[in-house]
Amino acid sequence: MALALDPGLLAELTTARRVALVSGTNGKSTTTAMLAAAFAVRSRPAWNRTGANMVDGALAALLDHPDADSAVLEIDEGYLPGVVAQTRPAFVVLLNMSRDQLDRVGEVASVVRRIRAALLESPGTTVIANAGDPLVVAAAQAAEHRIWIAPPRTWRHDGVTCLLCGGHIDPVATTWGCTDCALREPAPTWTVTEDGHLTGPDGYRRTLGLRLPGTANLVNASFAVAAATAYGVAPDRAVDAVTGLDEIAGRYRSFRRADGETRLLLAKNPAGWAETLAVIEASEGAVVIAVNAREADGRDPSWLWDVPFERLRGRRVTASGDRAADVAVRLAYAEVDHEVEADPVAAARRLGVRVDVAADYTAFLGLRARLARTATENRTCLPADGTR
Amino acid sequence: MPARGRDSVNRMSTESAVRIASVSPDLLGTYGDRGNAEVLRQRLRWRGRRAEIVTVTGTVPTGCDIYVLGGGEDSAQVLAAQRAARPPGLRGAVERGAVVLAVCAGLQILGERFAGPDGTDHAGLGLLDVTTTRRARRAVGEVVATPLVPELAGAPLTGFENHGGATRLGRAARPLARVESGVGNGSTQGSGRGTEGVVAGRVVGTYLHGPVLARNPALADLLLEWAVGEPLPPLRVPAVEQLRERRLRARRRRRLIRPAP
Repeated sequence: MALALDPGLLAELTTARRVALVSGTNGKSTTTAMLAAAFAVRSRPAWNRTGANMVDGALAALLDHPDADSAVLEIDEGYLPGVVAQTRPAFVVLLNMSRDQLDRVGEVASVVRRIRAALLESPGTTVIANAGDPLVVAAAQAAEHRIWIAPPRTWRHDGVTCLLCGGHIDPVATTWGCTDCALREPAPTWTVTEDGHLTGPDGYRRTLGLRLPGTANLVNASFAVAAATAYGVAPDRAVDAVTGLDEIAGRYRSFRRADGETRLLLAKNPAGWAETLAVIEASEGAVVIAVNAREADGRDPSWLWDVPFERLRGRRVTASGDRAADVAVRLAYAEVDHEVEADPVAAARRLGVRVDVAADYTAFLGLRARLARTATENRTCLPADGTR
Repeated sequence: MPARGRDSVNRMSTESAVRIASVSPDLLGTYGDRGNAEVLRQRLRWRGRRAEIVTVTGTVPTGCDIYVLGGGEDSAQVLAAQRAARPPGLRGAVERGAVVLAVCAGLQILGERFAGPDGTDHAGLGLLDVTTTRRARRAVGEVVATPLVPELAGAPLTGFENHGGATRLGRAARPLARVESGVGNGSTQGSGRGTEGVVAGRVVGTYLHGPVLARNPALADLLLEWAVGEPLPPLRVPAVEQLRERRLRARRRRRLIRPAP
């Protein structure tokens, strides 16, 4: 890794650029793409569009764009403290914090504590953070400037122990607070509803008409608009920039097949799956669940038991990926009728016309490469709605 | 899905439901272990028996038949131990003869003492004669273990461990299994060495996730038979058999490639 060779390189490449870092468990790549589109209204941002979110991915993005005058960098939450220390970013976007790949990254709480410590040491950084997530708030409070986003609903499961005092976080009807200390839900600067109604400072109001599906993307877009506005982009222009996106590095992209089409969804943990299930439920196609649980995914797929797969009862479902057998057992106990086919491309072909494939990270990468290749060979490499 | 016999369907109207307490899943829900309660419930329902899951997020009630505790993060573990200690609590239930399955952090808090965040020592519930200290390195990976409980003979335990604890077994605790690959209890002393999990009466502790009962139906059925007080008819779930075969085979393959030093 380049950073190992020269620990000052990241600092050197970012001194002359306004930097925004995007981190959290879910939504990083989408929010980074949205924020880069919004930053592009008034600058030429370097950004890691490949989703390579470790330090070397950020370095590659910066080295590849020597003329860029700003940078939007997706950073894995485990690496965020170190990258904050090196880049002294103007903005840090903190989306959400829940468990992801427990066997690899370590426990959520220690990650959040390290982020908090790094923000304390980075005066001048503005944090754009999720007011509904107690772990995010515990970390983001440490920043000198804070812009809070209130999403319509959040994944609060892992935030039940107060990180500051060890007390208990009580999720009450509308806002949350710690029973033992002063940590509680901050008043939001920006709010977004399930219907996409966005409100911001100075009475700003706008309805987000996104081309990307799902509530999660409305929330991601709100973070991008808030951060871009703080950067000096007019909110309306930021909204226009983010609503134009229709796929993020293959996610949500539909690939035509000879006899139908396959839509590719990424779902790598329970929080991500909650949103992916909502997207799947809004369509009527068959479903392939592809789980590899390789090194980059985290080797333990036990989290499948925290996903309410019962909601897929009555749908045509195939368990797939290296760990198809684990998926199949989960579906059996959820009483979801299913077939088993380890190869997700073969599974989608067998299921017929319209298929949603929800895959963990390595399964997603494999599928994206294979589907893109097939689509190119068939000369049908177009998004499903026929536009570009 | 397994078929239901006519006899077992008739049984439903006459028997009271088996109550399965999922204890503090809000604190001990990090590793998918709530699936254990779901597996127990379904394996009863598929045999035509009534069963319900009671989610407990406060003081533990004594009226349930089976109590299931899962793994969690360090700070949550201390809070979960305090909750479960509130009388009558889990101790009251065990004294009434209830069955307990405690996984990972759950196993640790059932012991005499356990190490909390930063290695601080905490009193456990004292339901298992074990003491847990911190390991130098986290134990992470697949585990295969040979059961030492006669009822489980011939059905190797398979699961995934992810813990920083070294659990030493006292005289009143028997190990659940002997480790074939992986770490398990991970103590360097006494019967905590080379073993996985612990059994005392109807209380079972284990480090295995997966969840453990999804991967090891024989253990699930043993807990259920303790709870209902009679043998249960066999239940075949083909998907589970395929998963077991795959996990055990994957382990064997890896050992061939990387022989133990």
